[in-house]
Amino acid sequence: MNGVHDMGGMQDMGPIQYEKNEPVFHARWEGRVRALAHAMAAWGKWNLDADRFEGELIPPGEYLRESYYERWFAVLVALMVKHGLVTTAEVESGMPATGSPKATPPLHAAGVLPVLTTGAVSNRDVPVAPHFKVSQPVRTRNMNPTGHTRLPRYARGKLGTIERDYGVFVFPDTNAEFLGEKPQHVYSVDFAARELWGEQAKPQDAVYLDLWDDYLEPA
Amino acid sequence: MKATRRDFLATAATAAGAAAASDLTAHAQDSEHGHAHAHQAVPSDMALRVKSLESLLVEKGLVDRAALDALVDGYEHKIGPRNGARVVARAWVDPAYKKRLLADASAAIAEMGYLSQQGERIVAVENTAKLHNMIVCTLCSCYPWPVLGLPPVWYKSAPYRSRAVIDPRGVLREFGLELPEDAEVRVWDSTAEVRYIVLPERPAGSEKLNEQELAALVTRDAMVGVKKVALSQSGGAA
Repeated sequence: MNGVHDMGGMQDMGPIQYEKNEPVFHARWEGRVRALAHAMAAWGKWNLDADRFEGELIPPGEYLRESYYERWFAVLVALMVKHGLVTTAEVESGMPATGSPKATPPLHAAGVLPVLTTGAVSNRDVPVAPHFKVSQPVRTRNMNPTGHTRLPRYARGKLGTIERDYGVFVFPDTNAEFLGEKPQHVYSVDFAARELWGEQAKPQDAVYLDLWDDYLEPA
Repeated sequence: MKATRRDFLATAATAAGAAAASDLTAHAQDSEHGHAHAHQAVPSDMALRVKSLESLLVEKGLVDRAALDALVDGYEHKIGPRNGARVVARAWVDPAYKKRLLADASAAIAEMGYLSQQGERIVAVENTAKLHNMIVCTLCSCYPWPVLGLPPVWYKSAPYRSRAVIDPRGVLREFGLELPEDAEVRVWDSTAEVRYIVLPERPAGSEKLNEQELAALVTRDAMVGVKKVALSQSGGAA
């Protein structure tokens, strides 16, 4: 989706607001909402791509106005309601609906550290042939899907070179909408800065993106 | 036109996250100008809403409160840039480790216990006098948290995400880093599930320092690639 989240190359967003000795969280609720989202993901009702897509569905004005963890809160509530784990009425009242069954949480304190030292894993150990090889020139597709995609606008229809093959990963565009994992190769693709931005860029500079087979065609 | 847009963004930033934003502003003014500003005494709307959501989810048996405490403790104390700093220092003193790190960072980081063996794919990119790497996620907030912890607010915000790819030299200048005209800049946009960490240049004059002393010099910002490691640095990886 050509949403406001796809910010690469936008201008006039103002100076970078650097905070010295920044704390991990600026208020207690930020840590709690992050932990809630993490713990609720353990139910396996949605995946990382669906989570990102939900954030992209926040209307652009709100997306820009809200803080990072306000967006996390909105995304978590939306996902839980969509997947039937809570109702809007329960979120508003803070109380379980009368007669609703009590579940057993899938994530316990002992399981937390392994989760934190694993990070996001979406590679798949399945034999899928790569469409491209290292050093091969490629062009990114000119596409404008209304769903989720990880091919940013600034890098569509551009010439690049396959730098490295990272192996097989879940395809976000389908996975985000529960249409299948469609595992395929992800490559590091090298784009000359001038290919992306024209003469204003230095001839020696480059931007590298990690891109799936379905985003690329031979050049 | 320009002014209007800026005003909108400024208003947006001010309105964002009642508690977070006002605490931030008050804090920045406190430390920079020595003025005392009243902090918000009543819990913010977000604090109340999150508290209410947490009690609902605990009540429904969907989350375990001890797991939430462990997660927050993990974000604040178990992961963080100290891990990455130790990886960098090891690479500076041990050429064989550096080779392994550049060839397969996930395995080299797992060796030091900061990443599980089945953990996400991490790639280390090396800065030299002629080549400068920096990391961004233009689409969201992807960041190598097993080694750097959770990203700072600026990394997740519109100014950095938008400009890092189109004007990396301008962004670096804002961080106080002026690169030579002929240096090559490589920006890594984390669009997939591969995470990047910059192996910064070891500062000149650090030859006599041991691994632990070197690790104390390495900052988060240097491992994101927006600053260099300085010999005089104090305060570590904040």
